[in-house]
Amino acid sequence: MASQQDSSAYWSKNISIIKGCLIVWFVSSFGMAILLRPLLSGIEVGGTDLGFWFAQQGSILVFLVLIFFYAWRMHKLDVEYGVDEE
Amino acid sequence: MDQFTLNLLVVGATFALYIGIAIWARAGSTSEFYAAGRGVHPVVNGMATGADWMSAASFISMAGIIAFGGYNTSAYLMGWTGGYVLLAMLLAPYLRKFGKFTVPEFIGDRFYSQTARTVAVICLIVASLTYVIGQMTGVGVAFSRFLEVDKLTGLLIGAAIVFFYAVIGGMKGITYTQVAQYVVLIIAYTIPAIFISLQLTGNALPPMGLFSDATSSGEPLLSTLNGLLNDLGFANYTEQTDTTLNMFLFTVSLMIGTAGLPHVIVRFFTVPTVKDARYSAGWALVFIALLYLTAPAVGAMARLNLINTVYPNGTTEQPLAYDDRPEWVSNWEQTGLLSFEDKNGDGLIQYVADADANEFIVNRDIITLANPEIAQLPAWVIALVAAGGLAAALSTAAGLLMAISSAVSHDLIKSQINPEISEKGELLSARVSMGVAIVIATYLGANPPGFAAQTVALAFGLAAASIFPALMMGIFSKRINNTGAVAGMVTGLIVTLVYIFLHKGWFFIPGTNSFTDADPLLLSIKSTSFGAIGALLNFIVAYFVSNATEDTPQEIKELVEAVRVPRGSSAAVDH
Repeated sequence: MASQQDSSAYWSKNISIIKGCLIVWFVSSFGMAILLRPLLSGIEVGGTDLGFWFAQQGSILVFLVLIFFYAWRMHKLDVEYGVDEE
Repeated sequence: MDQFTLNLLVVGATFALYIGIAIWARAGSTSEFYAAGRGVHPVVNGMATGADWMSAASFISMAGIIAFGGYNTSAYLMGWTGGYVLLAMLLAPYLRKFGKFTVPEFIGDRFYSQTARTVAVICLIVASLTYVIGQMTGVGVAFSRFLEVDKLTGLLIGAAIVFFYAVIGGMKGITYTQVAQYVVLIIAYTIPAIFISLQLTGNALPPMGLFSDATSSGEPLLSTLNGLLNDLGFANYTEQTDTTLNMFLFTVSLMIGTAGLPHVIVRFFTVPTVKDARYSAGWALVFIALLYLTAPAVGAMARLNLINTVYPNGTTEQPLAYDDRPEWVSNWEQTGLLSFEDKNGDGLIQYVADADANEFIVNRDIITLANPEIAQLPAWVIALVAAGGLAAALSTAAGLLMAISSAVSHDLIKSQINPEISEKGELLSARVSMGVAIVIATYLGANPPGFAAQTVALAFGLAAASIFPALMMGIFSKRINNTGAVAGMVTGLIVTLVYIFLHKGWFFIPGTNSFTDADPLLLSIKSTSFGAIGALLNFIVAYFVSNATEDTPQEIKELVEAVRVPRGSSAAVDH
């Protein structure tokens, strides 16, 4: 770690990546599957609606992509700030 | 060969495998006992976490709950997977960097307080014990059916086996045993699902089959199911009947509970680097998702098959005569988990929504296990499902007992009661506390507060309300101090526990409850969903109490700084 300044810049970068990911996390589960389901009821998926699909399948697929994205993005950030493990 | 012998053979063979691995990996020193020497690859760790995670609740109970609840039970699917996102981003990498063995250790050090550590140990024990009760329920159901013994005998056999390899093997035994268990349980779960999906939709992939056309009607599977349910007076499978508030809070509670359960968190102490901790969470979810994407298909298809069994000529025709019932019905009748009462005396099985007219009661915990029998699959598939269900229940119970025993021996006895304890003494106390935990869980597992997955959901509520907020604030805030953290954890735990006891009975003793989940105390919030409220109170109390009391010391601020960056993670290892 080069300096105190670098350290807080790294941390605020991390926080903003987390925020972005958590917005997607929230929208794909609580949003699409629960709160917005009535609005999406017109979109048909295999005998039911998009909200049902997100509740039982779609959200899980989004979660998977999110974690691997975060792991990849954070490793890049670690290297950028020279805080990765040797 | 009859079904019983085949079950014994397959279950026996898989047990021999796990026990063999446990003996081969017999733990020596304490560091190996707790954290497998920190040499576990992320993919291996992910697979073991998957086995640890997918318990009797996921394997035996969840699809049955979904089969009867439809859309309303989606919280189980989203909650028990979405929590890994929180784990990967908010906890796992930082706790790995911190580099100690247990969750209470982090809480004790971060909040520079033995009281905080002790409170964390209590939270951990309460949540983990509740969780083990759910596992024991599942073990009892599985053994009672497949070994054709009564439920209590099944429970005792299961408890003895868990005790054997959790105590002998320690964590390392468990890590490799759990990889084997994962393989057994995922094969056991997907093979019958593939068979059934092919039978009903012609699609070999169950998650795709769920949204395909049913071959019987040419209409989509889910609309076919909705139609049959309507004929019998049930709500649509895809319809929301629970309140939005309760569904939302239940999902929150399961998600943050996932990220707060100590037996899952400790898995991330065992990977070599911080980077591996992040990827491990991803790999764990890959292996978990294989089952969780299949489960909703299993649920819907099992419900369809169940209705078709009872109404062989369609729901508008006469149901099946009791005397013509298939063998699986009479098999499960013996366990008492399925029952028929001929209320109108016509000798036919009326299965309808109206409770006064319904004559057919099916315990939800039997659906996954009975599913291959309902679909008339080959005998070896039925035996495989038995082995898978037991693998799921035993692996999780062992992981939880590990977390309980390390909390007692490491966080309570070594750090507070007797710091001079020898390594041998510490190991012994770990094993003794494991034994005590098994006895309590077995006793309570004989009269559980709900179906396996519901009991487990209560454990998640408790972890959500007590441990998750303390860990998250410990990492993301430098201002939360010892007093705030303790006040927050105590508030979250007590409020949630009281709410659960008010609805499920004090200490889960039946009949001592003042409310029921059908008509809960607050709005429409069921006891299983209350963890979200408990967590919110924990955050609020910790925030205000911390701000009203003195600031955290400089060395704690430095500790938080250090936890936030990955570099130097190996140096933090204290052995």
